[in-house]
Amino acid sequence: MRGLRHHLLIAYSLAVLAFLYIPIVVLVLYSFNESRINAQWTGWTIKWYLSLLHNRQVLTALENSLLIGFISTAISTVMGTSVALALHRYRFRLQGAINSLIYLPILVPEIVMGLSLLVLFSQLALPLGKLTIIIAHITFCISFVVVIVTARLEGMGNELEEAAQDLGASPWQTFRYVTLPLISPGIIAGALLAFTLSIDDFVISFFVAGPNSTTLTLYIYGMVKRGISPEINALSAILIAVIVLLVVLVQWLQNKDRDDGSPRQMPF
Amino acid sequence: MNKGRWLALPALGWLIGFFFVPLLFVVVISLCSRGNYGEILYQFTLENYRRFFEPLYINILWDTIEMAAVTTALTFLLGYPLAYRIVRMNRSWQNVWLLMVMVPFWINFLIRSYAWVVILRSQGLLNTFLITAGFIDQPLNLLYNPAAVQLGMVYTHLPFMVLPVYVSLEQLDRRLLEASYDLGGTPWQTFRHVTLPLTLPGIVAGSILVFVSSLGMFVVPDIMGGAKSALIGNLIQNQFLSARDWPFGSALSILLTLFSLVLIFLYYRVVEAQKGKGGRQ
Repeated sequence: MRGLRHHLLIAYSLAVLAFLYIPIVVLVLYSFNESRINAQWTGWTIKWYLSLLHNRQVLTALENSLLIGFISTAISTVMGTSVALALHRYRFRLQGAINSLIYLPILVPEIVMGLSLLVLFSQLALPLGKLTIIIAHITFCISFVVVIVTARLEGMGNELEEAAQDLGASPWQTFRYVTLPLISPGIIAGALLAFTLSIDDFVISFFVAGPNSTTLTLYIYGMVKRGISPEINALSAILIAVIVLLVVLVQWLQNKDRDDGSPRQMPF
Repeated sequence: MNKGRWLALPALGWLIGFFFVPLLFVVVISLCSRGNYGEILYQFTLENYRRFFEPLYINILWDTIEMAAVTTALTFLLGYPLAYRIVRMNRSWQNVWLLMVMVPFWINFLIRSYAWVVILRSQGLLNTFLITAGFIDQPLNLLYNPAAVQLGMVYTHLPFMVLPVYVSLEQLDRRLLEASYDLGGTPWQTFRHVTLPLTLPGIVAGSILVFVSSLGMFVVPDIMGGAKSALIGNLIQNQFLSARDWPFGSALSILLTLFSLVLIFLYYRVVEAQKGKGGRQ
């Protein structure tokens, strides 16, 4: 009886996991399918991937996504890390309000954040384009960087910094040679997360993108709306591969020196 | 040393300028009127909020809440046993399975919804399979209906349930389970009277996460529901991008935000309570 229950539970869990993965596997498999419209398998091909290489719109969208991703990651990582350091080290007046200001962007529905930025840009008469997308991405990435870097700061004691200062290091030297190396895994994880979020974002970009600033996810949305083409499968498969790689990397960085059974970081 | 405080300024200034101020704009616009050509007239009114209570919109609200509630229930039914199973693995397998649950969560939900389109559309995998196997002659209409949207919502939100439930199962004091067995409890009785009540905080936390996230969703209905299904998210999107009624769209967004924040506040209360209990020492 106990054995049966055990096996049922395993079967159920595997079924749920299959439910999670079957669509993804199907999508990736179909990206290699020769046939253009039919769901029937007519043979392996990489022609959809090759045709992506010659698709100007896709390449421009990819270029936009990467450019936006790199710029918003760089800026949000620097700002996020600085504010995490300051908030960790010093007490402020209105600390509660400041904390809410930093964490609220994670909690407010994405659609609301997207349209509120659209409202702002239209009030400022700022034309929608790459710049507005970058501004939007920096805004939501900062909060995530702060969460990750703060977790790292809280996991590290003050002893080493105090020791460095006792040994006569200036605040800058302490930061450069003690604090920074200690929190760098957190900063890298935060930057990777910011980059992933930026590349992955659809909802917010949807509201603040202009006609000449199509990102990859916006391009995919357009393709999905227009109808099925194996090229979307290929493009999706590439994006899936990149995201999986980044997630595994972030996980690895975060767990690297935390295998002591301390509570796991909740993913967002 | 207090110089270091200035490090906080760029980010705080940024968030005030590009998060707080825009939200204030939305609040102000939600109180404005719409001109004949979709322009915003600064004549203040509560009309946009009142309009929300018209039957048409209240019905959309109910549809949205129903969709979110069913999504929550289904993710629980699928997610709880999975989390329960994961906790009983050894540490390294737990990590592998958790990562497996998280990976789809990170894949763009646009792509994940689209993956279902590939499977469910009339010339999709499922219909082709059923026709080839001789079960049906005509393709079934599996896509562009509320059930498809429901499926997409459950699929998108499943990890939101598994992870909090996992955390709360993980913190469960196993000695209590042993005590229950020693006192003659059957596995079902132990589950019903010990495990389930003690992991309730995780269930509540997961439910709130799934529910809140389902409320604002517009892409899944857009892609999998066709024109037939409208949830609050689609309504808001329409007001901004097609109907050009920003004041009404803003009022809807403010209501959605307030509703979500209240639920998230409850989520934190639950999480705090869970921490307070200490779990396994």
